[in-house]
Amino acid sequence: MALLQISEPGQATAPHARRLAVGIDLGTTNSLVATVRNGVAVTLSDERGRVLLPSVVRYRRDAGCEVGYAAQLHHAEDPKNTIISVKRFMGRGLGDIAHIENAPYDFVDAPGMVQLRTVAGVKSPVEVSAEILKTLRARAEASLGGDLSGAVVTVPAYFDDAQRQATKDAATLAGLNVLRLLNEPTAAAIAYGLDNAAEGVYAVYDLGGGTFDISILRLSRGVFEVLATNGDAALGGDDFDHRVYCWALEEAGLSLLPPRDVRVLYAKAREAKETLTAHGEAPLMARLSSGEFVDLTLKSETFCRITHTLVHKTLGPTRKVLRDAGLTIADVNGVVMVGGATRMPEIQHAVAEFFRCDPLNNLDPDKVVAIGAAMQANVLAGNKPQGEDWLLLDVIPLSLGIETMGGLVERIIPRNSTIPVARAQEFTTSEDGQSAMSIHVVQGERELVSDSRSLAKFDLRGIPPMVAGAARIRVTYQVDADGLLAVSAREATTGVEATVSVKPSYGLADRDIERMLRDSVEHATDDMRARALQEAAVDARRLLGAIDSALRADATLLTNEERAEIDRGRAELLAALEGGDHRAIKRAAEALNRTTEPFAGRRMDAGVKRALAGQKIASFDI
Amino acid sequence: MQSHFELFGLELGFALDRVALERAYREIQGRIHPDRFAHAGDAERRASVQWTTRVNEAYRVLQDPLERALHLLELNGVDVALETNTAMPVDFLERQMALREALEAASEARDAAVLDALRAELGVERERVVARLALCIDAEKDYDAAAGLVRELKFLERLDAEIESAYDAIEA
Repeated sequence: MALLQISEPGQATAPHARRLAVGIDLGTTNSLVATVRNGVAVTLSDERGRVLLPSVVRYRRDAGCEVGYAAQLHHAEDPKNTIISVKRFMGRGLGDIAHIENAPYDFVDAPGMVQLRTVAGVKSPVEVSAEILKTLRARAEASLGGDLSGAVVTVPAYFDDAQRQATKDAATLAGLNVLRLLNEPTAAAIAYGLDNAAEGVYAVYDLGGGTFDISILRLSRGVFEVLATNGDAALGGDDFDHRVYCWALEEAGLSLLPPRDVRVLYAKAREAKETLTAHGEAPLMARLSSGEFVDLTLKSETFCRITHTLVHKTLGPTRKVLRDAGLTIADVNGVVMVGGATRMPEIQHAVAEFFRCDPLNNLDPDKVVAIGAAMQANVLAGNKPQGEDWLLLDVIPLSLGIETMGGLVERIIPRNSTIPVARAQEFTTSEDGQSAMSIHVVQGERELVSDSRSLAKFDLRGIPPMVAGAARIRVTYQVDADGLLAVSAREATTGVEATVSVKPSYGLADRDIERMLRDSVEHATDDMRARALQEAAVDARRLLGAIDSALRADATLLTNEERAEIDRGRAELLAALEGGDHRAIKRAAEALNRTTEPFAGRRMDAGVKRALAGQKIASFDI
Repeated sequence: MQSHFELFGLELGFALDRVALERAYREIQGRIHPDRFAHAGDAERRASVQWTTRVNEAYRVLQDPLERALHLLELNGVDVALETNTAMPVDFLERQMALREALEAASEARDAAVLDALRAELGVERERVVARLALCIDAEKDYDAAAGLVRELKFLERLDAEIESAYDAIEA
């Protein structure tokens, strides 16, 4: 037997400490967490061996809450406080939500995003989602035996800026360091592509509980390139349940039901739908609170008839995404099926018929997104050596524009632009002496502002008096690698500037997040301070580690003076860490970040030069 | 500022070595993409986003014949006057009128097959203009003629967008 090694005292046991990173699929119906362990991506289960966590949160009078199966148990008896499918409300106003009349909640119409009144107080969908994420985080930390270094959280590719920002806020609120928001079909493509060593053009058809995405990717030599994406952020398995529910009401001659019965009948409708996956017909039985008994049989022909339009609704975006990618069906090498709803035989048939090939089902459609996210998290955490990792090039799903005179949208960044992306455009004043300009940021493909999603409004003030049309106001849109937008506006002659990270008008301002964090920590200020200190220390150590590795790689890019200045900054941050005051640590970290800015820029420049130099050598080899 | 061609180590010219461009793009992204700096400090993350944004923009411009021609003409100090100069050769305009009428008919008839055919026809027209652009810019260095062709290309692009809206209307 080989002898086991024991390390010298004081030395790390691992040659290079792995960072604990996870991928989280925050789904409409179920959520999952996965990680890469010993080189293999695995989903993590709860103490009873269950991998899926139902995306259900129940608030209790004592201000506590239950998440997952425990909450699901009460969904019929306590519908108002048991929130299901909260993902449908993320970044959405009251008017945007389909079938809202069937939702048993006490909605509060807040600006930008709807809120829910529960026994534990008014909750934002962001807070509800954060409870789900906290549960998954605790599961991962228990399973991995340590604090998480970072997480990749998935979002539907067709989520707009408001929905993405809401998801990121929820993750922050759950105490997660978000390495990246990753599009669900892209995550699935990573899992599928790496598992099957796939090359060529693939379509990912992702029908989840509440969202539909269709993405076209080109996979080649370690690059996953999204060519185009489309979808419907309010179409999913839930809508099929709804059709069955409506059918059952009609067949049984029922009309308005109390919330409890609505929940019961919905659950039965879903069961019947799931039974039809393997059977030609399914019973649909329920006892209502009035004592009435619903006893129906749902035949698969009936199911196909009542849900036909839903299936058809997925094909419009599918045609469109192919056109956007500049491809035809013949160019597609395979179609990967993702999401529990793709188990429905009629979906499988429709997709097979459309693409004229059998869809690929060899990965579990419930798990594939979390698995891909875990693989990406492992790369982003730096756990994979260069050469074994891969590159992911993703796009924004919806065009970003600005309101111009007459309520029209001027497109600034078109959909399917590879991110990160920035575009600038100049605008001018419409009246003599106009001193301010209102900037209205919108998203979508429609020409009228009234048909688009409003993301933010802000004013640029202090424009010097000029005749109409003389001012030059340059508006810049920047979308980062998470697909999140920031907008700035600048008047050219005076340099007057206004910037907005397109967040506060619909999502949550940073101070809201702080307040929620405070609320969630039940024990007063000591815990708050301890938590702030811990977070600042983790961030500071991450920064020091990153700078050390940058210095190891590229110290030659610095002059002696610059190097000395960085070393001074490092020493100051280390001293602050010793001191244990989170504000001092933050200040020192910010200062060090500023000091290293020119170094960071030079490293990118050097990276580009090396990339080109490496290429020249490579082409000599050929 | 460095031209988009120099950024990728390519020769200036309308004819494009697509393989070399793609290889350079991927090599560069492999080194500076934000995914390589997800765990780094703020300064590096910001720098990475800035540089990748620049590289993505350059790649987009070079890949698109219209944008590539505009970039080359700008480098040569030629103003294309896309918005102000609308003079077009008569035969070009006549073909456009015919295409546009066919598009209206297809929209009214809600006929996707006709749209497909129109698109194909537009594609051929585009390739013709692009071929002439390559000749004007690379061989003849006749930038004024090239500017005229760029305006024609822009015209075709608008028509393509209208075909796209017609598809949307049919599918809605």
